[in-house]
Amino acid sequence: MAIDMQSKRNGVGRRDFLTGLARTAAGVGLIGLGLGLYSRRAASLPAWALRPPGALPEDDFDGACIRCGLCVRDCPFDMLHLARLGQDIPTGTPYFIAREAGCEMCEDIPCVKACPTQALDHGLTDINDADMGLAIVSDQDACIAFQGLRCEVCFNICPIRGEAISLDYQRNQRSGKHALFIPVVHADHCTGCGKCEEACILEEAAIKVLPRHLIQGKLGEHYRLGWEQRQRAGGALVTPDAEHRYNLPEGMRYDHGGEGLIEAPGDAPFPSDPLDTLNRGGSL
Amino acid sequence: MIQPSSPSTAPARPWLQRHRWLLLRRFNQLGILAMFILPPLFGGMFAAGNLSSSMTLDILPLTDPLLLAQSMLTGSWPALTGFIGAGLVVVFYALLGGRVFCSWVCPVNLVTDFAAWLRRRLGIRAGGRISRSLRWWMLGLVLLLPLVTGAMVWEYVNPVSMLHRGLIFGFGWAWLILAAVFLYDLLVVPRGWCGHLCPVGACYALIGTRAPVHIAAPRRERCDDCMDCFTVCPEPQVIKPALKAAGGHGPVIDSIDCTKCGRCIEVCDREVFGLALGWVGKQGFLNRDRDAHAPAERRKNALQLRETRAASLRREAQDNNVSIP
Repeated sequence: MAIDMQSKRNGVGRRDFLTGLARTAAGVGLIGLGLGLYSRRAASLPAWALRPPGALPEDDFDGACIRCGLCVRDCPFDMLHLARLGQDIPTGTPYFIAREAGCEMCEDIPCVKACPTQALDHGLTDINDADMGLAIVSDQDACIAFQGLRCEVCFNICPIRGEAISLDYQRNQRSGKHALFIPVVHADHCTGCGKCEEACILEEAAIKVLPRHLIQGKLGEHYRLGWEQRQRAGGALVTPDAEHRYNLPEGMRYDHGGEGLIEAPGDAPFPSDPLDTLNRGGSL
Repeated sequence: MIQPSSPSTAPARPWLQRHRWLLLRRFNQLGILAMFILPPLFGGMFAAGNLSSSMTLDILPLTDPLLLAQSMLTGSWPALTGFIGAGLVVVFYALLGGRVFCSWVCPVNLVTDFAAWLRRRLGIRAGGRISRSLRWWMLGLVLLLPLVTGAMVWEYVNPVSMLHRGLIFGFGWAWLILAAVFLYDLLVVPRGWCGHLCPVGACYALIGTRAPVHIAAPRRERCDDCMDCFTVCPEPQVIKPALKAAGGHGPVIDSIDCTKCGRCIEVCDREVFGLALGWVGKQGFLNRDRDAHAPAERRKNALQLRETRAASLRREAQDNNVSIP
């Protein structure tokens, strides 16, 4: 009875008020759930779309980028685009497609300077430190360099020529008298600008730029390369090096430094007494 | 364009005079769009970016404060230009009235105004009602989602940025969202988007809470109840207190919902409405007007107060046997 009186006075009763509140909250909550789930799906960036230089890791980027397109506008080469609704790229975020037009790696990095947030990290001041992706020679069967044909287009167009992509000279087994000029990408120097993929002369590029995490390998943390450790320490850290002894005719020995089989008078590999061999350090 | 719902007693005025604010507003809305869209077509640049964040003539950064807030709630720290841009926008709308953005800048206004106009022309009466407070819920949701998910969730559907970005950088399927807003306003809830749901407008409304620019009805005694102003107003609930002096309300429209579109000013044949500048008090009077109205009363109150204090002092002095001149 008291509640009825009150509801008449205020126009709305406590029960009505609470029901209305719960209904609104539930409705808005459902909208929020829908939006949240949709955004999880819509936020994924396909591997063929690359971010401008300085872009944060994708999860952070999606939160930082306010979709203004200032980087797109400030790119002097017009190679950046803003994703449209319906594309597989998060709507309104900047991207480029290496095969269509790679990043020209401007020294003053205007796209980063234009960014009003830190979605493009303003800490990036040297374009050579950019990490838009990593190039990979993805198809050795298609790449004509592996067939022994001269191409080297990716090597020559690379803005960090000779460092991000180098040529590895190999013997051409087919002709037996020519060299293969094999392009090799170096992950430490490659910025993922995409010029190599753009320039690749094939119908479908045999060198591609992909997000670094998809293709870059990593040694286990515990792994040490012996020759590096030895150089750093100035000598062997475990058992001292002992020259390997081959079973060669007396007075001969083998040199790995390029000399090959050489005469070494008085250097019989194995004295007649086996105990001497063992006493000499135990190495055979 | 608009048929008065009941014939006004005042003589009809020329079309241009009845639409001068509307034309100004359209000129402003389209002009802003043109500044973004046209120069790039000729290889130049005037205003770069879009309403989310822009740079005009390489010197004036402007950033949408709600967007920047969402971005920061995901845990990201903007660059200096972002902060300056958002600060400028906040100051601008804090002075001019937040929802001035909605009626003078926002491109979605073109869509929803068209829907409202079509409703009137076609005489569509159908449509449900939803609470106007839903936009505050939406604003809360829009700010909560980045905090929870770490992503700018609202930007995946926000019709405001979808339309503006779409016009400048290309739509994709974004026009579908605008079509949805249009049909929703036309057939489902009249003025249902801007006035009831849009969190961007809600945010700007909050920014302009204390703005000193108002629409007012200083000549409200002339009103002949033709209802023209209520028909054109996108937020008709804001007019009534000021026009009808409900509960002793002053003539200033002090609701933060008012978009200051100025349509009520121009459609009124009896010229009831006008602009009012100044800080407004609780009751819809400008503070300076209230002072002007009641100086004598205030003087009387002050004298009375002084008299009471003097009396109590005298009593105290008598109690303590001290003589006061």
